[in-house]
Amino acid sequence: MSLRIRANLRLSSNFELNVNHTFPLSGVIALFGRSGCGKTSLLRLIAGLERVKYAEIRFREEVWQKDGHFQPLHRRRIGLVFQEHSLLPHLSVRDNLLYGYRRTPTKLRRVHPEEVAAMLGIDALLDRRIDQLSGGQRQRVSLGRALLISPQLLLLDEPMAALDKQAKRDLMPFLSRIATEFEIPIIMVSHSPSEIERLADWVVFMRDGRIEAVEPLKEALAKPDSPLFNDSGAGFILEGALGPTNSDGFRPFGPPEARLWVSSLDHSDESSSTRLTIQAKDVSLSLIEPTQISIQNHLPVTVERIDASTVHRAVVACRTNDDQLLLAEITSRAVRQLQLEPGQSVFALIKSGALLP
Amino acid sequence: MGALGPEEWQAINVTLRLCLYTSVVLMMLATPIAWWLANGRSRLKGVVQSVVSLPLVLPPTVLGFYLLITLGPRGLIGGSLEQMGLNHLAFSFEGILIASVIYSLPFAVQPLTEAFRNIGRRPVEVASSLGANALDRFRTVIFPLSRGGYLVAGTLTFAHTLGEFGVILMLGGSIPGETRVLSVLIYDHAEAMNYEAAHSLSLLILVFAFVTLWLVYSVNRRFIVARI
Repeated sequence: MSLRIRANLRLSSNFELNVNHTFPLSGVIALFGRSGCGKTSLLRLIAGLERVKYAEIRFREEVWQKDGHFQPLHRRRIGLVFQEHSLLPHLSVRDNLLYGYRRTPTKLRRVHPEEVAAMLGIDALLDRRIDQLSGGQRQRVSLGRALLISPQLLLLDEPMAALDKQAKRDLMPFLSRIATEFEIPIIMVSHSPSEIERLADWVVFMRDGRIEAVEPLKEALAKPDSPLFNDSGAGFILEGALGPTNSDGFRPFGPPEARLWVSSLDHSDESSSTRLTIQAKDVSLSLIEPTQISIQNHLPVTVERIDASTVHRAVVACRTNDDQLLLAEITSRAVRQLQLEPGQSVFALIKSGALLP
Repeated sequence: MGALGPEEWQAINVTLRLCLYTSVVLMMLATPIAWWLANGRSRLKGVVQSVVSLPLVLPPTVLGFYLLITLGPRGLIGGSLEQMGLNHLAFSFEGILIASVIYSLPFAVQPLTEAFRNIGRRPVEVASSLGANALDRFRTVIFPLSRGGYLVAGTLTFAHTLGEFGVILMLGGSIPGETRVLSVLIYDHAEAMNYEAAHSLSLLILVFAFVTLWLVYSVNRRFIVARI
């Protein structure tokens, strides 16, 4: 399962997209980089919206473009979601949703309108006109419409860029559900590290029209100098099941041997698997299990590696009991005082405020 | 002002046929040209735009003259037709139809280009991704979103063909039932000092042109409002 792209595309006198790469096709692949680095052009190239001579695009066993052969977009079965304004304004919500579904051969349909409408919470909107929808609702309808062609690939071009904070927060869970439930590979353009931390499995770092690196998200996050951390410093992700809310208003996260307590805004009685994004600077280390301290969350971990991050600070990479990576950013002085070294067992203390799913 | 005689009715018949056919042909011909002008990236765009707009500035006699020598018996097209055993196109209905199509081209292309530009590429790209081929995209997305443009283009073409005179006189002359349209008949009447007949036909055209334009502009305003 891979996507092979080889292309050289001159978009203006001083910008050239130059790609020769085979991408893994599993989960969510985020194209990350500054605006103008060629993310959107690469996406349009994959979609067949930019037609370049001498390009080669191969999706799994299908050749989408090579030499004189060019398979047009309407025969590639790609779900496209743009930043904004992509619903057909002359059609109702229902007709927008069904536009692609009706054009998908019956035997290829794996996703159906009822399930999509229910999942995206757009049941009540079906008879509305497009101009009666909010920005967040429009994006959900766009997503649903793209899903309903049962695409073999979903391309999302900054689907949340035009939304306000609240709408972003509302849309995020839908995107992560789509990624996990439908088993459709997703390529997503983003310049927001928080979006990538929540959604991506792979990160493609782009710069000046070139691909600099393709890394699994956890690996990308573990590097203290990763471009993902321009604003917030190193961070990491813990994956696990979030249990039902207890009487104190906390929800258990992760298996018993690596349990955290998460204060939750939405009190739910159901378990769900989720990701916690934690900043390394919100984690401290202790040699003994802390008991007389206000911080509630502490995990036994094993030190793996110690990297200097800035002049007087270091990022300590640790492994939790359920084999996940945890980063703590502490001062170099503390590293010396605690005499930390790889292989050592310590306790990681995490501020509860840093744990919001 | 008297009632309309058989001569007048015949001219009305020719005129309406000419206007209708011209509009239909031009809607089909102008659609791809306008789409290309609105969305294409070619450097030839300026050239094509100028050629399309030429009839706006050229004297109708110039256009009519060139058509006469091209479509006439010794012309490039007319001559070839003659050799194939067909008739040349000067002084025929088909000839003035071709002339009308060229003469009204800018009136069809410009409103459509404007309408297509307003749609932008996005809805078309979306429709492609949803599995619609080119014809399907035109039928279900481009046309419904540019209906206002088509209404304006169609009506302007119709009305402009109605007002055609110089080109037809040059190329078609005044053959009853074939090339004698209302504007030419009015000219003939005036030449023959038959002011009364010229007057009733002129008034007819004036009222018709005004009512048509007024209807289009008032309907089109609603279209634009309804188009978000």
